[in-house]
Formats: sequence, structure tokens, C-alpha cells
Amino acid sequence: MNTSGLNGLMQNAAALGEKSRACLNDFKAWVQLDSTNLSDGQQLAVKYFTVAVILFFAQILFGLLAATQFIYPSFLYEILDFNVNRMIHINAMIVWMLYGFIGCVYWFLEDESGTEIVGLKLGNIAFWVLTVAVTVVVLVYLLVQIGPGKDSSLWFINEGREYIEAPRWADIGIVVVMLIFFYNVVATFSKGKWSGIAGVLTLDLVALAGLYVAGMFYMTNITHEQYWWWWVIHLWVEATWEVLVGVIMAWSLMKLLGVRRKIIQTWLYIEVALMFGSGILGLGHHYFWIGTPEYWLTIGGFFSALEPIPLVAMVVHAVYDSGTHAFKNGNHPALAWIIAQAFGNFFGAGVWGFMHTLPQINLYTHGTQWSASHGHLAFFGAYATINIAFFYLAIQHWRGDVWMGGGSQNAWRWKWALGLLNGGVLGMTIALLIAGYEQSFIERAVEGSTWGGYFTAQNHPSFQSAMVWRLFFGGMTFAGFILLVWDLLTIGKGETRKAPEVVET
Amino acid sequence: MDETPLWASESFWKKTAIWVTAGSFLVLVVLTFDSLSKTSAGSKRVPAYAVINKKIDYQYDKELHKSMPVIGENEFLFGKEYSEEEALQLVDLGKKTTQAKNCMNCHTLLGNGAYYAPDLTKAWLDKGWISKDIREDMMVKFLMDPEKNARTFGSNRKMPNLKITEQEAKGIIAFLKWMSSIDTNGFPYNFKTIEAEE
Repeated sequence: MNTSGLNGLMQNAAALGEKSRACLNDFKAWVQLDSTNLSDGQQLAVKYFTVAVILFFAQILFGLLAATQFIYPSFLYEILDFNVNRMIHINAMIVWMLYGFIGCVYWFLEDESGTEIVGLKLGNIAFWVLTVAVTVVVLVYLLVQIGPGKDSSLWFINEGREYIEAPRWADIGIVVVMLIFFYNVVATFSKGKWSGIAGVLTLDLVALAGLYVAGMFYMTNITHEQYWWWWVIHLWVEATWEVLVGVIMAWSLMKLLGVRRKIIQTWLYIEVALMFGSGILGLGHHYFWIGTPEYWLTIGGFFSALEPIPLVAMVVHAVYDSGTHAFKNGNHPALAWIIAQAFGNFFGAGVWGFMHTLPQINLYTHGTQWSASHGHLAFFGAYATINIAFFYLAIQHWRGDVWMGGGSQNAWRWKWALGLLNGGVLGMTIALLIAGYEQSFIERAVEGSTWGGYFTAQNHPSFQSAMVWRLFFGGMTFAGFILLVWDLLTIGKGETRKAPEVVET
Repeated sequence: MDETPLWASESFWKKTAIWVTAGSFLVLVVLTFDSLSKTSAGSKRVPAYAVINKKIDYQYDKELHKSMPVIGENEFLFGKEYSEEEALQLVDLGKKTTQAKNCMNCHTLLGNGAYYAPDLTKAWLDKGWISKDIREDMMVKFLMDPEKNARTFGSNRKMPNLKITEQEAKGIIAFLKWMSSIDTNGFPYNFKTIEAEE
């Protein structure tokens, strides 16, 4: 072995390490964020937020690659095939949103419980374990991609189940990390004080972590497998995640507008009752066509038709609270994103979901771009928006609670980011909706869902142009994201005016 | 008259939230037991794996106003009769392969998955395989080398080579044949099978 070569390599590595350290220091000097403004829990929260933003970037990037493949099928063929890009697109989304939620909880845990976080050291270790695991999983997705039809592939490469593709080893890791997170939350509230928000949060986290386990098993019987798979997906995104967002929103509205705790908590209970009352049995809308008994057509149709009601309640709640406080607050971008959440959740999850949820129409729309249209607006409207709102709350505090108003010098950045992101996602939603309509008519109703029918619909000019528009609006979303990151890093820099103190009224 | 009315009372809504959640969850648990027992392999809705030994079709039932799977006489797969145990093994290999190859992030299965490639629910019965005599052979060849045996229907979208072995390909075909026999409440609608007369 040539030792001089080895030495050279080590020198290069050391130089590279030195260089990246210098870059990091330059970056820190540029952003001028003062971490002494943050509590210990908040320091952990911003780590979660940082990874969340990186994964948000990955979501958009791989979404753009997959969208390009709809137009140029030979693009990256057998290098990064559609299934790989699409998997990372949706996995990055699920994981960045979870990172965001976890970060939000760590952010307000001390404030809400009135004490320091119990077991924070363990929480910090859990963060690094989870982040390393996520990195390894993504690298395996990218570099190994697929395996032979053996259990080992499901354990170490990917489980091949939409949204929860992570291999089994990672599943177990995720459960362990969730347990540590849960321990932090419960032990902290137990040491400090409990509240209505704390109680709802704790029970919701039990459900959220418990449900994940339902999706960890392999089954030959695809009807049973999809039955349990929907327990995870549906009861996460249409029940427990919505309640988690309700909790985060409740705390945010108290801090941002000074809404009274009694009003906030009463609303939260109403929302939980409506959300779980419609959402748990609303699960039935996924059981129309997977082999499960016919009674699900009635149960699923009925309860999922009720699912928009809590979302209407949330709009009323947000608008009412903002109105009674005359929109007075010291963080305009955060409030703007909260309003975007209320409407995005209602339209994306509520209206777009309801439009194709009844079995009579779902027979034709199930498994078409209709679902993609709904998915884009719902995930963005319900979950991306609240996370972004919280990022603004966090960055404000990190800057030392400075004023963040709509009239500030660089306020155009957040306004344009808000416009581009919302406009981009809405544009993609409409493009996919048109594609979905076309598929439902031509492929499903007329051609009878054969492969020939599928491709007749895919080759249709209105489908093809919808895919071009989707890519265009994907690009707009990406531009909005870049602007958002720039704004988050610079907003409030050099601002000396303090945000007015929020008092409960 | 300073009392909070019931509809605005925090404790009333707290109790309501708990009861509604617990009640809904209980109903779901009961329905889950029922649904799982009615859909175990070998039930009326989800046939036993040895159904791969039979002719399977999917026909419109005028009285029910929907298409239903029709299971006919013997029609062996790869010229062999499988015991239930052997059929289970073959279907299991196929199912596992569809997961390990990440099929679901291009195709849909029972309508669930991604929308870049056709639905596989009734793939076994699709007219795209031209005739029943060449279907099995064509499917094996396609799965093992989809690039050379591409079936793009004018879309230029080609399935990538996923290094599927012959045994895995046979497993996938057995899995697809078995899946096509599941009673899916009439999904997909208006599907004309390879058996249907023009």
C-alpha cells in the first residue's frame, strides 16, 4: 500500500473538514442568529426545523424529477426511475412534516408545562439517531433502490408500501425515537403542570405512535395488508396529525394574538370531537375497493362526508380569533401562514377530499390523478403551512423577539414566498385535477380501466398539457421555497424595534 | 346569570371529545374483526391461493349492477396444479417481490399506489396480453426484460429492468392471478377482460 497516497488522502480530508468548518463559521456570522435567545428545548427544536427544511427541499427536488419524467419518460431512465423519485418525494414530505411537528412540540413544551424538559439529553441523542437513520434510508433508496423478493429486502432496502416505504430496521428505530419523544413530553408535563393542550397532545401522541406499529408487518394477503396500511396512513393524516396541528395552532394563536386559554381549549375539544368523530370511521373511504365488505361503502361514504366539518370549524376559529383581535400582532408572516393553513386545510383536505369521497364517484376517480390533486393541496394546505408559520414564530424569537411587520423593508420576500408557494401548489392542484377528470372519463368510464384505456387517457392532449402545467407550477413552488429559505435566514436582521408584548385578552 | 351555557362549557366539550373518540374507535375495532374474518384467504370475498389453478374471469352482473369475479373450471398456471401450500408459497414470493421491487411507486394495486403506470388489480385479465395462449409466456418475458419486450401503448413510458428472476416472475404472475379473483365491490368498472367476446 502506498503510504504517501494515504497521507495525501488524509491531508485532503483534513483540508476539506477545515474548509467546511470555515464555511459554517462564515454562514453563522452572516445569519447573525443569537442562540442565547433560545431555551434548551428550543435549541433542540431548531435542529428539528433545520432538518425539516432540508427534507422539504428534497421533497420538491424529487417531485420535480418525477414530474419531468411524465413529460420525458426517458429522463434518468434506469438511473433514477420514477418509482425512486416518487418514493423520495412522498417520504421526504412525511418525514419533514413529522420533524416540523416534533420541533414545534419541543419548542413550546417548557412554556406550556412551566418547567424545563425532563430527559432533554436523551431527546438530543434521539434527534441525532433519527437523523442518521433518515440519511442512511435515503442513501439506500438512491443507491440500492430495489432488492430480490426476499424478507431481507424488506428489512434493509425498502418495504415497497407507499408512504411508509422505510425498511423494517428503520421502523423499529422510528418507534424507539418516538418513545423517547413521548417520554420527554409526558415526564415534563408531569413535573410541571398539565393543561388541556397538554392532555390532548399526550393522548394524540399515544395514538400516533401506536398506529405506526400497525403498518410494520408483512402479509401475503393484500386485502389484509392494505387494511392495516390504511390504519397508519389514514389515521395519521386524517385524524392524529390533524389533532396535532390543532394543538400547535392552539398554542400559536395564544402566543401570536393573545387569545384566551379558555376559548382556545374549548375550541380544541370541539375540534377533537369533530375530527375523531368523523375521521376514525371516515377510514372507511379507503375500504371501498380493496376486497373488504360492502358495508364500508355506506360507513365510509357517510363519515367521510362529515370530515370537512371540523375543517370548517377550524376556519371559523382562526378567522374569528384574528378578527376579534383586529389582526394585531407582531409577526405578520406567521399570521399570514396561519390563515393560509385554515383555508388550505379546508379546501385541500375538506373540499378536494369530499369531491371524490363518495363511492359513487370514487369508483371512477380512485387511483387517478384525482388523488394526486387532492394530495398536493391537502398536505400543503394542512401541514406545510402550519410548519412554515411556526418557523416564522421560531425565527422571530431566535432574533430576540423583534418586530416582523408587513411594512418592513424586506417584507416583499415573505410576501412573494407566500404567494409563489401557495400559487404554485394551487396551480399543480388544478393541473392534476384536470388530468384526473380526463382519466376518470376516458380511462375509467369509457374505456373500462384496461391497460389500453389507461394509456389512451395518458396520451390524450389534455392530460399531456396538464403534465406540462404541473411541472411549470412545480417550478413556481420551488422558486417560492428558495425565497422562503432566504427570508427565514434574513428576516428581522438589523431590526431594532421589538415586537409588542402579547397580552391575553 | 353569569354561568357559562352548556354549549360553551370547556368541560362539556372535553367529555364529548373523549366519548366520541372512544365510541368511534370501539366501533372501528369491532368492524375490523368482522372485516378481517370476511377477507381472510379462503373466504368468499378473498379466495384461497389455490384459486390460481382455476380459470378466472370478471363479468358484469346485471342484477348487482357491478362486475364480479367469476371462478371457473381448472386452468392450471404454467401447466401445473398447485396444492394450497404450494400456491401460498408462489403467491407469497410474488407479493414479496412486488414490494421489494417497489412496484407500487409506479403502478396501483387495488387502485392504491402511484399513477405512472397502469393498475394491476385485474392485470391478469387484461386484453393487453392479446390471447390466453401466449399470456403466461408473454408476462414472464416482459417481467424479466421489460425493455426488450416493452409494451408502451404509444406512451414511450417503459418499465425499467428490475432484475426479476424467472421464479420471481412466476410468483408475480401467480400473485396477479390470485389478486384478480378478489371481490372488489365492482372496481374497476366496465372492465372488458381477455375472455370477453368482441
